[in-house]
Amino acid sequence: MIPTQAPAPDGEPVLEVVGAGKTFAGVHALRDVSLSLRPGEVHALIGENGAGKSTLIKVMTGVHRPDTGTVTLAGRTVAFTTPLEAQAAGISTIYQEVNLIPLMSVARNLFLGREPRRFGVVDTRAMNRQAAQILRGYGVESDVSRPLHTLGLGAQQMVALARAVRIDARVVIMDEPTSSLEPREVETLFSVIRDLRSKGVAVVYVSHRLDELYAICDRVTVMRDGAVVHTGELAGLERLKLISLMLGREMSEVRREGATAFAADGHDRQEDQPILEARDLAVRHKVNGVSLSIRPGEVVGLGGLLGSGRSETAKAVVGAIATEGGTVSVAGTAMTRRSPAAAIRAGVVMLAEDRKAEGIIPSLSVRENIVLAALPRLSRGGIVSTARQDEVVTYFMERLGIKASGPEQRVSDLSGGNQQKVLLARWLCMNPKVLLLDEPTRGIDVGAKAEVQSLVDELAREGLGVLLISSELEELIEGSDRVVVLKDGAVVGHLEGDGVTEQALLAALASSGADGADGDVPGADGDVSGADGDASRAEETR
Amino acid sequence: MSATTVSGRLPQKARVLKDIQNYGVYLALVVLIVVAVALNTSFLSASNLRVQLFQLSPTLLVALGMALVIGTEGIDLSVGATIALSAAVLPLYLGYGLGAALALALLIGAVAGAIGGSMVAFARVQPIVATLSLMIGLRGVAELINGDAAKPVTAQSLLSLGGNSAAGVPWMAWVAIVAAAVVAVVMRRTTFGRQLVAIGDNRQAARLAGLPVRRVLVTVYVISGILAALAGVLVVGHGAEADPANQGLNMELDAITAVVVGGTPLSGGRVRVLGTVAGALFMQLISAVLTQHDVHTSYTQIIEAAIICGAVYVSRERGSR
Repeated sequence: MIPTQAPAPDGEPVLEVVGAGKTFAGVHALRDVSLSLRPGEVHALIGENGAGKSTLIKVMTGVHRPDTGTVTLAGRTVAFTTPLEAQAAGISTIYQEVNLIPLMSVARNLFLGREPRRFGVVDTRAMNRQAAQILRGYGVESDVSRPLHTLGLGAQQMVALARAVRIDARVVIMDEPTSSLEPREVETLFSVIRDLRSKGVAVVYVSHRLDELYAICDRVTVMRDGAVVHTGELAGLERLKLISLMLGREMSEVRREGATAFAADGHDRQEDQPILEARDLAVRHKVNGVSLSIRPGEVVGLGGLLGSGRSETAKAVVGAIATEGGTVSVAGTAMTRRSPAAAIRAGVVMLAEDRKAEGIIPSLSVRENIVLAALPRLSRGGIVSTARQDEVVTYFMERLGIKASGPEQRVSDLSGGNQQKVLLARWLCMNPKVLLLDEPTRGIDVGAKAEVQSLVDELAREGLGVLLISSELEELIEGSDRVVVLKDGAVVGHLEGDGVTEQALLAALASSGADGADGDVPGADGDVSGADGDASRAEETR
Repeated sequence: MSATTVSGRLPQKARVLKDIQNYGVYLALVVLIVVAVALNTSFLSASNLRVQLFQLSPTLLVALGMALVIGTEGIDLSVGATIALSAAVLPLYLGYGLGAALALALLIGAVAGAIGGSMVAFARVQPIVATLSLMIGLRGVAELINGDAAKPVTAQSLLSLGGNSAAGVPWMAWVAIVAAAVVAVVMRRTTFGRQLVAIGDNRQAARLAGLPVRRVLVTVYVISGILAALAGVLVVGHGAEADPANQGLNMELDAITAVVVGGTPLSGGRVRVLGTVAGALFMQLISAVLTQHDVHTSYTQIIEAAIICGAVYVSRERGSR
């Protein structure tokens, strides 16, 4: 959908970033980034985790000051020192997380800090009247005197939007605005954006949902590894091209060897019953009817862009998040109780993506971290058997090559790669049947990465069923026997045998809509897993 | 991550701080005793030490339970009220013998803990709120049961538990010592102890590792309740009366102080049993020394406050993660 009567997006840029650089503890978050926003344009800003989008936004909104380069607002060089200054200058930001006060009324939230006053006190009646009027324009019809938290998440997002879009806004930055919206609400959002565009406001639109970008945006800036790799009109840009820009793959240069430690040949998978079978998994706003099956000795890749619902699918399988529907069966037996503990008992374990928050117990030792889940099996009458524990720990530290001063060392003192091996050891000592690996090599050094990759290979050979989630195309393609491709929380493609190639994967990712999918997904229903991805990546590499 | 090498060596300053964190309370205790003896040689007399042990024992029992709760990143404000409840119930059943009355008191302590623990584990009420409501409610129940006046206790078995000594050490102190040893073994050797610490350190990771988070949480509060009820029995035995309106007052705060001074961080993930014993002992002795040298109560309180601040400062989690 190309704007018809939008003002020609030319003329003086309203906000311009020139040559911005930003370094966090020696890691380049931004390198010589330039971005110029014209009045009345909707500018898409895209990139994978760690590309630098969030940092760029923070530079524009005064959260960070760039180390090099300048920010110019309406021709004047500005140096915001606080977000408040940026707001006062007309730059509004809407974050993915709603930053409002749940217990206050809707109207109070909308007018917080600028309530209409009468005789020095808040004129509640006028405030409520104005609030109702404003919110109607955003499709929110509920009683504005109700506490905010009684509204749905989508409506709350609209209130946040209405609050941010003030009369004097010149630039509105929307960071993943649709992550918690229903399809109908997305339409409302789009009409608000069109309205802003016609008023000459520049909108920065950050989203991973390509359908949305093509529906509403005029131009696009693609970032990768802290730098801008492309800026231009969106309408003429092919989806496939956009994705290859984002992921840093030229279509012509798809390599197939040497980059990872996976063996080149596939696994000799036994053509028997699946060891794990998930049917129609659904997680609110994130996963919409995903089915997948894993056979013993098989590595199934789970591909998809950021926010496609990969992690949520894995978490739904092990019962780590609440599901709205779907079944999981292990070796033909349906799991009735859904919790991580039940999944572990059934032999399904998950290496979580966020090693720090969901993996290690930082103040415990390597030994205690390894045997954490296995404690009941290593105990008699509740007393831990030191001998059996040490046997397990010694075996796995050796097998996985965990480099620590000894089993007594605190796990938080280890490198990322060794922490990851400790977590792998925690799961392997449970003798699992199915191993779900969510970004197993993210943020670990090259050596450890190769070791983890060849370990996965080896485990599959031994008959383990493996689900491999990875943002790295090479890892996914070379490590998997089959790949299931997700988009907006639904399966959009299956790659098998010789069809497991980067080209096929990119093509599946670029497909619009959910053709040939197991479920139909409106473009609005996916998830978004991290506006702070940039920052966390910087931390990992540190 | 590059800053932390495999050998795990810390910079000089951080290492000194870590040593203070680990051994500071013992050092402080030794210094305190040396100073106390220098000022007054009769400080080490058997009779004085016995007096100190009588006062210390109930606090230590409660502090042991508190240390476990704090290890799960929780807090238990209801222990003082549980002492009162235990004190209120005890005289009613002493007629059936000390064993029966004791068992019942402990059972009631367990129930109180189970209520608090369930609120925390299942209803996800913040520990401070859950146990605050119990703290207020249970004392009310205790006073209702007991009536207005303190009840004198005459059962000889209970009085000797609270007043007599074995091998020169009060029975009360033996109870506390055994409890401390049991808790130490539990923390060091059992599945439960490991799970408790893991849950306090990183609850989400513990849940994903399949740990029985709720069961462990409830159990921790039950243990705290039982230990508080046991402390209540000792308090009644020592005072020879059941006085729910006054017994156990502020005990939760003394217990928290002992735990914190002992080096257990309030952020959870770590339980220092021996440190808690030392912390309780230190707080007991410092107030005794100050009192014996006629320092005014106001100053005593100010000094105690300074000690708590110092202990919290030293034990605070540094950004090393």
